Amino acid sequence: MTVVDPPEQSAGSRASRRSERVAGWRVGILASPAAPVYGALIGIFVIAWIVVTIHGGTFLTVPNVVNMLQRSVALGIVSAGQTVVILLGSLDLSVAQLISLASLLAATTMDGQDANVVPAIAAVLALGVGVGLANGVIITKLRVNAFIATLGTALFISGIIQNRWDGPAGAVPKSFEDLGYTRFGVIPLSFFLLAVIVVVVWFILRNTRFGYRIYAVGGSEDVSKLSGLRTHRTIIAAHVVCSLTAVITGLFLASRLGAGTPTVGTDGGYDLESIAAVVLGGTALAGGRGGVLGTLGGVFILAVLDNTFNQLELNAFLKDVVRGVILIAAIAVYALR
Amino acid sequence: MSTENATTPGFGDETGDRGRRLLSSLMGTGTIFVLLLILWVWITILNPSFAEPGPFLAYLKRSAPLVILAAGAYFVLVSGNFDLSVGSLVTVIVVVAARLIDGDPSNTWPVIVLLLVIGVVVGLVNGFISTVLRVPSFITTLGMLLILNGAVFLWTGGAPRGALADNFRSIGRQGINGIPWIEQLPWSVLLLFAIGAASALLMRSDFGRQLIATGDNERAARLSGVRVNRVRILAFVLSGTLAAVAGILLAGFGGVSAQVGQGLEFDAITACVLGGVVLGGGRGSVVAAMAGALTLEALFTWLNLQGISGALEDTVQGVIIIAAVSFASYRLRGAR
Repeated sequence: MTVVDPPEQSAGSRASRRSERVAGWRVGILASPAAPVYGALIGIFVIAWIVVTIHGGTFLTVPNVVNMLQRSVALGIVSAGQTVVILLGSLDLSVAQLISLASLLAATTMDGQDANVVPAIAAVLALGVGVGLANGVIITKLRVNAFIATLGTALFISGIIQNRWDGPAGAVPKSFEDLGYTRFGVIPLSFFLLAVIVVVVWFILRNTRFGYRIYAVGGSEDVSKLSGLRTHRTIIAAHVVCSLTAVITGLFLASRLGAGTPTVGTDGGYDLESIAAVVLGGTALAGGRGGVLGTLGGVFILAVLDNTFNQLELNAFLKDVVRGVILIAAIAVYALR
Repeated sequence: MSTENATTPGFGDETGDRGRRLLSSLMGTGTIFVLLLILWVWITILNPSFAEPGPFLAYLKRSAPLVILAAGAYFVLVSGNFDLSVGSLVTVIVVVAARLIDGDPSNTWPVIVLLLVIGVVVGLVNGFISTVLRVPSFITTLGMLLILNGAVFLWTGGAPRGALADNFRSIGRQGINGIPWIEQLPWSVLLLFAIGAASALLMRSDFGRQLIATGDNERAARLSGVRVNRVRILAFVLSGTLAAVAGILLAGFGGVSAQVGQGLEFDAITACVLGGVVLGGGRGSVVAAMAGALTLEALFTWLNLQGISGALEDTVQGVIIIAAVSFASYRLRGAR
């Protein structure tokens, strides 16, 4: 469990407090659970750089790095939300189907009209809130294990998708499609979207009561309940946050693809992949330990691997094998520490 | 908070105590049997021939792979782990069988031995990584899922190749003929009962008690002398082996395809949870887990009879699974 006590407000000279704080930061950075993740990221980055260069490709160029960032956006957004529920000791297997549904809902509501963009975004966010509420209520009030509850929601959504759509549908207007491709200098706009979401989730987790409650419930639900936390509310709210990030990912993918697609979420494997990214980011699956910055590192690790495999023109099946091995090996290294 | 605690121990009243304990454990896991019975009766009302021996055996035969997988999933779940790799392991078994047998009946038996060895090895690797290397089993088996799926299609070049011999298929399809009244007793049903009985006995043995103790409280189990890692690795080995058996049966019923095992890991875990197994370990019975698998299969039959098929089937299945699990969890708490 992380420390929840507020720092003691003792009288002391400002200068000493400041130097303490600086020292605290230094220790904090090295001791933070995200540190080994970024260590691993740097290690994998360097190895990938060497391997790709030997193979005759280009790795450390601006376009290639930007490409990697761009590819991290979709997985990064949904993994930020997944971090919140995993910290809580829960998990969400319904995000992949929800991403598909959100992309379809967005594209069909927009229907190529600029005027429909705002209502469409509102509708998609409402969908996210609804699904999150449903997941949370099923887990807390109906006492269904999160694994089964969100698996059930995933089946539910997949049935609705299959019933209404059998291929790409709807269209997003040009202005909305541009959002996915606009760049400021070399940095794509979509990367700022990811950055904003990660910062927001980081702020919620570090600086709000809700964030502390998430760590507390993840540490021990029984103890939190006995200490007077309304654990049910915390769990439901966390699932709403997770579903919201999933539908935002859906919006982003709709903007990138120009239309809604029934399989965009499941093809990306966002359910298990986001859990893998969170765990690669050093967050404990049992909850209570970890953070969203580590998750971002995990997402980058997966993006670097993906980029390397593409440059090496690896067979798609061999890619899966290597990814599986690296996933297990990385977590084993963390566990050995 | 096991069910034993619910009954107060009575001195000198051995038999009464045992009877009460049996009753309370039945109350604890009995919900699933009630649900199963309700579904069977409902299906029989919709389609009276379901209660006849032939169609009922056909239903058991259809359920056999899932029931066997559920037993395997139970061992892993009750020891406090997950096995997400069984679905892809089933695919591997079917694809490897097709390629190696290649239509030649004389290859069947050696290949079956090899398939079982594959199951054992995959289980050993899963168990070793999850215990000795301390990787959470969710991640281990997720990685194994990727590895198995990638490896088998890397080997066959993207699509399943080869063909199964008839004598291999007969394990899933045929049975002992000429038995009066039921005409044919399928091999898969025999296997189902054999594995069911063996699993129930295993859970009553020292190993079973150690497994439950490990899942309930790893530290307490270790301090009281249980070799926690060994017990957990064995649970994974059982899961892998049973997945291989289920794969052999499934190859018999259906054709060889790349999708044969898809989603089976989730079905098996759902079946266990329906049967009252608690994810995280330490609670639940293997018989109830297998009854959960029978219930799930009955549910699919019921959905077909209701004319809900195709697109909305998933939606209805999702609702029913959530409803059934929450029903089961309410009854479980009520009984305690």
